[in-house]
Amino acid sequence: MTLANHYSYWVIIFLAIAGLYIVIARGNLVKKLVGLSIFQTSVYLLYVAPGKLIGGTAPIVSPQFQVYSNPLPHVLILTAIVVGVATLALGLALVVRLEEAYGSIEEDEILPQDRDA
Amino acid sequence: MITSHLPILQVVVPLMAAPLMVVLRSGAAAWTLAVAASWTALAIAAGLFLEVAGGNVVSYWIGSWPPPWGIEYRIDIVNAFLALLVSFIAAVVIVYCRESVRAEVPRERHYLFYAMYALCLSGLLGIAVTGDAFNLFVFLEISSLSSYVLIALGRDRRALMAAYQYLILGTIGATFYVIGVGLLYLLTGTLNLADMAARLPAVSDHRSVLAALAFITVGISLKLALFPLHLWLPNAYAYAPSAVTAFLAATATKVSVYVLLRFYFTVFSGSGIFDDRPLAPIWITLSLAAMFIASAIAIFQNNVKRLFAYSSVAQIGYITLGVSFGSVYGLTAGIVHLFNHAVTKGALFMLLGGIALRLGTVRFDAIGGIGRAMPFTSFGIVLAGLSLIGVPATVGFVSKWYLVLAALERGDAWLAFAVVGSSLLAVVYVWRFVEVAYFREPTTEVARLREAPLSMLVPAWLMVLACFYFGLDTGVTLGGAGAAAESLLRGPR
Repeated sequence: MTLANHYSYWVIIFLAIAGLYIVIARGNLVKKLVGLSIFQTSVYLLYVAPGKLIGGTAPIVSPQFQVYSNPLPHVLILTAIVVGVATLALGLALVVRLEEAYGSIEEDEILPQDRDA
Repeated sequence: MITSHLPILQVVVPLMAAPLMVVLRSGAAAWTLAVAASWTALAIAAGLFLEVAGGNVVSYWIGSWPPPWGIEYRIDIVNAFLALLVSFIAAVVIVYCRESVRAEVPRERHYLFYAMYALCLSGLLGIAVTGDAFNLFVFLEISSLSSYVLIALGRDRRALMAAYQYLILGTIGATFYVIGVGLLYLLTGTLNLADMAARLPAVSDHRSVLAALAFITVGISLKLALFPLHLWLPNAYAYAPSAVTAFLAATATKVSVYVLLRFYFTVFSGSGIFDDRPLAPIWITLSLAAMFIASAIAIFQNNVKRLFAYSSVAQIGYITLGVSFGSVYGLTAGIVHLFNHAVTKGALFMLLGGIALRLGTVRFDAIGGIGRAMPFTSFGIVLAGLSLIGVPATVGFVSKWYLVLAALERGDAWLAFAVVGSSLLAVVYVWRFVEVAYFREPTTEVARLREAPLSMLVPAWLMVLACFYFGLDTGVTLGGAGAAAESLLRGPR
């Protein structure tokens, strides 16, 4: 139970918190989406990293191998990546429409424009 | 036999209809297809409900892979009740969509609107029928992504910002859910909800279980707009096209409540994780905050759609309050209020859509005297408002009655008073509409308005009448909710 043994988890936690921080702290709508993507990426790692066993092979039964890696997390995360890409694409499309409607992609400049309306 | 494939058809029919609409590229054809798909979904949901009403559980193995290896669709009375609710609302709203969408969405985007509607429906139904935690996430995202698009199609440019904010918060919520499921998968090695429930007790002393519970709770609470995680909801409902507001307000948050119920009462209940942890007081506090604060904010809104959106946040408080009691009465109240609130809010937002169609706005300062110009629409809103307050003979009364019974059963008389007290706030905001609609002189612009078209009035009034029918004859709703509550409390089988 040393810090080095679990370094993949530290990477995951760092990415998750960094991503969430960007979403909260940045007013630029594109940067928010970047943060969101980083946050989602940390979850991909959370699934994929424990699936790999050191010295493990693909799970094809053979008398030469005793240790197998779990392939299921990879398949799950393939789906999650597709979802993430779709979210990012839709988010960016919305930002394009927002830019057309407001002439800005900064939250501080968009929100006041409707306050008097 | 085709009937043995009903669980998968429930999802596949609307899912396949969506790309077909995009290929056809015609608004009228897409609408016809959407009607066919949602009515078929309703028929399937009714069939499934009848099949499991006796206490059976339908287990469908996708690709014939046996669970827990393959994805299992597992339908008991809880899922069936929810699928029936979602497809019923979808079937009614789609008829209403025709005129409303014609007025509010540019013509060249009509087929895309209906494609998104069908996708959203299939996502929501998928959440309802699936028995697999990761499959549930995928359906959650299908329904969420399509609802962001639907909201962004609103006429007002503020709809874009509302959709963007919902996208950010919704994605955070869904990602939290996946983190929770990932932790559970690491502990149990399974994604099948029933299998997970069976394996969790063996590892329940692990702190990761607690982390998973926290992540799933927060993630799903974001999606169901539990106070104070409701910030995306008022703008999204206020600026989305009227038909979308009616559909989402009646279904999307309800489905998220179901996910929460499923995890709390099926997956986690056997693991002993709730022992000695003060979860109920937290839920009760947040529910009460929703009931009072959101209702109070609703009173001061100038946009009627926003007013009822805040009221939705408050009504979700009633649902979670019932659930947090964890008793048969409490759960029954929560589940029956899922249905009752869906019908009531569906009716309200559909009728408001009629005003938006004729007048172009639903602001209080513009709709003065609308009661004379659009008598059927306004009277419908008042009747549905009565149900929101919880006047006897309406569905709202049924759920609040059970909520009060559940509170008294716990010996918490003050909670019963809180339920009644927050209903008084509902009286205030519904009265605001009555006052503006009936006691103000109509402006020349309002006086010229015609009544909403029949194709919108009939579905909306069907919902209004449903508020009263199910308020008097509670056999199906209370029976279904009671059986669902008992099935949930029995835990996993």
